[in-house]
Amino acid sequence: MIRIALPYHLQVLAHCDSEVSVKVEEPVSVLSAIRALESRFPMLKGTIIDHHTGQRRPKIRFFACAQDVSLEPLDSQLPAAIASGEEPLMIVGAISGG
Amino acid sequence: MSTVRLLVGTRKGAFILTSDEARQNWQIDGPHFAGWEVFHMKGSPANPDVIYASQCEEWFGQIIQRSGDGGKTWEQPGTPADEPTTDEQGMPKGESNKFVYDTSEETGKPLTTHQWYDGTPHPWEFKRVWHLEPSLHDPDTVYAGVEDAALFRSSDGAKTWQEMPGLRGHGRGDEWSPGAGGMCLHTILLDPTNDQRMYVAISAAGAFRSDDGGESWHPINKGLVSDFIPNPTAEIGHCVHRIDMHPSQPNVLYMQKHWDVMRSEDHGDTWTEVSGDLPSDFGFPIAVHAHEPETIYVIPILSDSLHYPPEGKLRVYRSRGGGNAWEALTSGLPQEHCYVNILRDAMCVDTLDSCGIYFGTTGGQVYCSADSGDNWTAIVRDLPPVLSVEVQTLS
Repeated sequence: MIRIALPYHLQVLAHCDSEVSVKVEEPVSVLSAIRALESRFPMLKGTIIDHHTGQRRPKIRFFACAQDVSLEPLDSQLPAAIASGEEPLMIVGAISGG
Repeated sequence: MSTVRLLVGTRKGAFILTSDEARQNWQIDGPHFAGWEVFHMKGSPANPDVIYASQCEEWFGQIIQRSGDGGKTWEQPGTPADEPTTDEQGMPKGESNKFVYDTSEETGKPLTTHQWYDGTPHPWEFKRVWHLEPSLHDPDTVYAGVEDAALFRSSDGAKTWQEMPGLRGHGRGDEWSPGAGGMCLHTILLDPTNDQRMYVAISAAGAFRSDDGGESWHPINKGLVSDFIPNPTAEIGHCVHRIDMHPSQPNVLYMQKHWDVMRSEDHGDTWTEVSGDLPSDFGFPIAVHAHEPETIYVIPILSDSLHYPPEGKLRVYRSRGGGNAWEALTSGLPQEHCYVNILRDAMCVDTLDSCGIYFGTTGGQVYCSADSGDNWTAIVRDLPPVLSVEVQTLS
């Protein structure tokens, strides 16, 4: 199982806590993690990976083991600490001021 | 005993306000979808328990919600929690937030660009659903007006959406351009006497009519004058803010334009200005009294640069003769230091014998008049900025 940390709006949508666990076959990537997340929480389809472009939505970033992996290819392998569940994959929305 | 149910969309969630027909004591339920923008909610005329909601966020995109019990519970159509996301053939069951423009050779007239603010070509990009219009007859059929402007239809309760491509493909779609709020299709009117006739309005392209159930469309902007565009009487390019009609008189349309209040008596073929003695003919919503087809309401806003009421006085204006002569309705409304705006989908009327008028403001107030506008009270004063208000009259 891997751990995924979600921003508030997606917690509201999925009726879940700030962190969820999903089963993902190795090698674990951002894409495989999100597809597993969407399978468990289908209401999240399209909210992280855009339906039209198949890419990360512009105001979302991904962090793994304190590293920003947002600009890596979606199918890049994530660190072992993510795959083992030691560290969460963090899905973060841009800061909204005002 | 009848009841009324107000569906209020705000910047930070949805609220449902209910009352008996006296409309004095209200139950406030919400926020639903807390933290999300709810651009619009509307109930099905065929089954009032079915309500659709457009929920969106710039960060996370578009969500469609559907309730089958009058707003008590909600689900994203086709994607209930803990159920398989694909059918036995592996096809996705629900893609209620997937709005894909039709570019096929067979059904679409592929358009790849519209005009940007500076007149340069800009690709069509889906941003959000502005308006949801359920069918008059089938609770599972619903139309969606979206930004960038296009019309979509679902016939499976909003599980899947298909563009009605004849609108963008009517021939001049590449000349449409956005208004300040984006290039949005915000008005969808269904003619109750003719299933084949429907109207839409787009900022800033204008008004359009279909006489064949949405297959083909043509612009209906003759008589509109917009001094802020290169050709003030152009067929395309007018910033229409809202259109309304009375079901008993569907040939007569009323329009609040960027500037000017307009009236058509021929299904939109020609328009004449009826701004008359309004203190400002800029505004966003327009509504028709439920029982008096010639009684209409607008809420003047000072200008397109100053989105607040003239003189800081919140006044609804009523015309009992279809426009030109207007009276200010002020009883119960703030008459000093009021600088709110009222957005295009934020005024509506109920169908009780004593017609109720409602509107919501960007200051978070929702006002009600239970006597056709003579007297007003605030149902709530401190909601997030109100984006839309719809009412259901329930028997």
